[in-house]
Amino acid sequence: MNSETTHDDHHHGAPKGLTRWLFTTNHKDIGSLYLWFSFIMLLLGGTYAMGIRAELMQPGIQYFDPETFNMLTTMHGLIMVFGAIMPAFVGLANWLIPMMIGAPDMALPRMNNWSFWILPVAATMLLIASPAFGWTFYAPLSTEYSGGIAFFVFAVHLLGFSSIMGSINIIATILNMRAPGMTLMKMPLFVWTWLITAFLLIAVMPVLAGAVTMMLTDHYFGTAFFKAAGGGDPVLFQHVFWFFGHPEVYIMILPAFGIVSHIIPTFSRKKLFGYTSMVYATASIAFLSFIVWAHHMFTVGMPVAGELFFMYATMLIAVPTGVKVFNWVSTMWRGAMTFETPMLFSIAFVFLFTLGGFSGLMLAITTADFQYHDTYFVVAHFHYVLVTGSLFTIIAAAYYWLPKWTGNMYNEGLGKWHFWLSTISVNVTFFPMHFTGLAGMPRRYADYPLQFADFNFISSIGAFVFGLSQLLFLYIVIACIRSKKAEDKATDQVWEGAEGLEWEIPSPAPYHTFATPPEIK
Amino acid sequence: MSFKSLKTIKDKLGLTALLVFSGSALADVDPYVGNGATYDFPDPVTPLARTALNQHHESFWICVAIAVVVFGVMIYSLFAHRKSRGVTPATFHESTTVEVLWTIVPFVILAVMGASATKSLIEYEDTSGSEMTIKVTGKQWYWVYEYVDGKNTPLSKKGKVRFESHINADHKKASLNNLDVTKIKNYLVDVDKPLVIPIKTRIRFLLKSDDVIHSWWVPKFGVKKDSIPGYVNSTWAYVEKEGTYRGQCAELCGTYHAYMPIVVKAVSQAEYGKWYTAQKSGAGKVKIGTSKAALMKAGEKIYATKCAACHQAEGQGLGKTFPALKGNAMVNGPALEHITMVLKGKGAMPKFDDMSDAELAAVITYERNSWGNKASVVKPADVKKAR
Repeated sequence: MNSETTHDDHHHGAPKGLTRWLFTTNHKDIGSLYLWFSFIMLLLGGTYAMGIRAELMQPGIQYFDPETFNMLTTMHGLIMVFGAIMPAFVGLANWLIPMMIGAPDMALPRMNNWSFWILPVAATMLLIASPAFGWTFYAPLSTEYSGGIAFFVFAVHLLGFSSIMGSINIIATILNMRAPGMTLMKMPLFVWTWLITAFLLIAVMPVLAGAVTMMLTDHYFGTAFFKAAGGGDPVLFQHVFWFFGHPEVYIMILPAFGIVSHIIPTFSRKKLFGYTSMVYATASIAFLSFIVWAHHMFTVGMPVAGELFFMYATMLIAVPTGVKVFNWVSTMWRGAMTFETPMLFSIAFVFLFTLGGFSGLMLAITTADFQYHDTYFVVAHFHYVLVTGSLFTIIAAAYYWLPKWTGNMYNEGLGKWHFWLSTISVNVTFFPMHFTGLAGMPRRYADYPLQFADFNFISSIGAFVFGLSQLLFLYIVIACIRSKKAEDKATDQVWEGAEGLEWEIPSPAPYHTFATPPEIK
Repeated sequence: MSFKSLKTIKDKLGLTALLVFSGSALADVDPYVGNGATYDFPDPVTPLARTALNQHHESFWICVAIAVVVFGVMIYSLFAHRKSRGVTPATFHESTTVEVLWTIVPFVILAVMGASATKSLIEYEDTSGSEMTIKVTGKQWYWVYEYVDGKNTPLSKKGKVRFESHINADHKKASLNNLDVTKIKNYLVDVDKPLVIPIKTRIRFLLKSDDVIHSWWVPKFGVKKDSIPGYVNSTWAYVEKEGTYRGQCAELCGTYHAYMPIVVKAVSQAEYGKWYTAQKSGAGKVKIGTSKAALMKAGEKIYATKCAACHQAEGQGLGKTFPALKGNAMVNGPALEHITMVLKGKGAMPKFDDMSDAELAAVITYERNSWGNKASVVKPADVKKAR
């Protein structure tokens, strides 16, 4: 880069109009695009969830015939995983990684633009497909017993392209563009967790692409990868899918671990207890995530030696995850805590994610898993780790960095309302599902025996409140962005205890930051 | 305090809360297991289910113990270490000793859990020493049971008993048509013909599928095993006491996944022997006459259980996938084409060649002469020829 362009960079601000967003290569713009996209998807996926809960509120079929109901559960899962949670973390990575490591932008800005703009196209194709075979699309239900699957397959391919390009970009940025003096072991934890997540993505997205490609050729070109009658193997599908699927769930939680490791020290006014062990724990979880996949399929009839291996490996994950929880608690211990909205969501995360971790450990016990498997107990488990785990930290991150992004403080009172409404209603929704599951209600049921009616009713009430509460979040964010009040202006450091490069630049962060790299002591 | 007594207390507390929440309308229903809202697995009736329950309790209480310690420390900290109390933050961080300690301690706890889990899993997967075998086939959306062999039971005689088990058609109808279901006994977990097994007998279940993956699950047996096309899976049960045990399909298998329940009647060995002999001699099988009236009468019943899910009760069809039979050109055309379609299937239409000639003749005749359709009567002999 010659001195002339560097000079230009210092002065031009954001371009105006639609083309700013269409052609942008600015990491902050792309970060915003990702975050808005994921928020729209959250509301859409949430709408599907409201449909599901409305149908399940009472026994009998009231609103959606069983096939439509299956479509709702399928699309709810796909949209939340691929449309809401994953893009939200990529959006946060775009905004924060360059600012945290003192880089002027992402390493590959044009590819960055491309990896975002693929997403709305992929989401549209997914909506056109609207399959009803479950988000895990098990063969042969998906391959031989469903209508057109081409749109679904290509939508998944596009999502994969987007994720892989985003990951390459993140790895290239982190490995090449850190400010002088920022060694790997000085990187903020959000950067570390994303570096590891990006490797996970590159490792498993091609596996998912392989699964859907085999599905495509089975459906349209007469191959028999998953077709027993042609010499194929339906269980192979599950192995391939979960070899992707299990690392995928860590892809959705590792960046969350990073975020919480920023927020808890800030509001405890105390350094993170064990930085080094946090890094090692993240890497251990990432490694273990590759050798536990078959715990999703204990009922397919594996040899007992296989079941034992996957049970042990799964139980092992509790060790590094425990290390993380202990470190967060030790960070709070003898700190001087205040409870602003980001901290509240982070504390709720530690409680509720750990609760989801406990049910995860119980699910690992294979003999008991035969009872839990494919019941609402599992539904409760993965919503505790994905909603109160991933989604709660994304919300915490939004509150935490919103003043840096917009230059304005959000309304703290409303933020607290949002927190309490969400936290209470999310538990009213998902906690009873443990009991419906233990009592024997299978998942993906459009209608159910009467004994499950009471808990389903409570879950539905909770879900409606939780869904509506997120509109309050939307209002808070918009009000924060648009605020012109002087008393809302954020300082550069924003939070008393905040540490890191992003808190040393002005609020709002200028369109271009760190054109000259900062010096790290 | 034992788990049982705690459960009772929780039951009472929980139920009161529930009544406040949901009104009492649903509180007096007849549940298919347990009593109203429950917080645990249903009471086990096999060794496997008891093992699963024990494993569940063991891991649950270990988790509770860990939670009490970790959350206790955290909650104390949340109250004691807040800025509003004027505390100054400590500066300690990084301690290899502590990190090593809280890596090793959980590992030891896991090792203890793993040891008992290993023992129970090996017992669970050991299907040897069975005294009789029942083949279970999953189909969209019902189960087929076949008694394969039965050493040391009356089953050693030649001949096999095989039958289908469909959901009670009234329940499905009430569900899909949004009728009042709150008074229906065993709603959605009742079948036209339950599986009958002897108690105190080690039974091996072989699971297979003819279409997509299903999962055969009876919670009180602690048994859940997938039925997968191309595979034969096995599991076992030793039912200790007589009773009717219910379960449901546990793997998404398409549109009517929620409508293929499992009902197992466990009876004394003597009673089972009598039942089996009667089945073998054909008692209980409905004899279908060959007159048009007889065929129509039998056909109506078969249509309701086998065809109405897709082609609908009045033959009006459903969307493009499931064409209307009312006024359908093929149904009103030559008989052979119609018979072949039902026998061999085509596209989304499954083949029904496992039904008897008489049953097929009855249902085809019924389709050809209902809802305004006017076509020839099909006799069992016609079906036999077309096979």
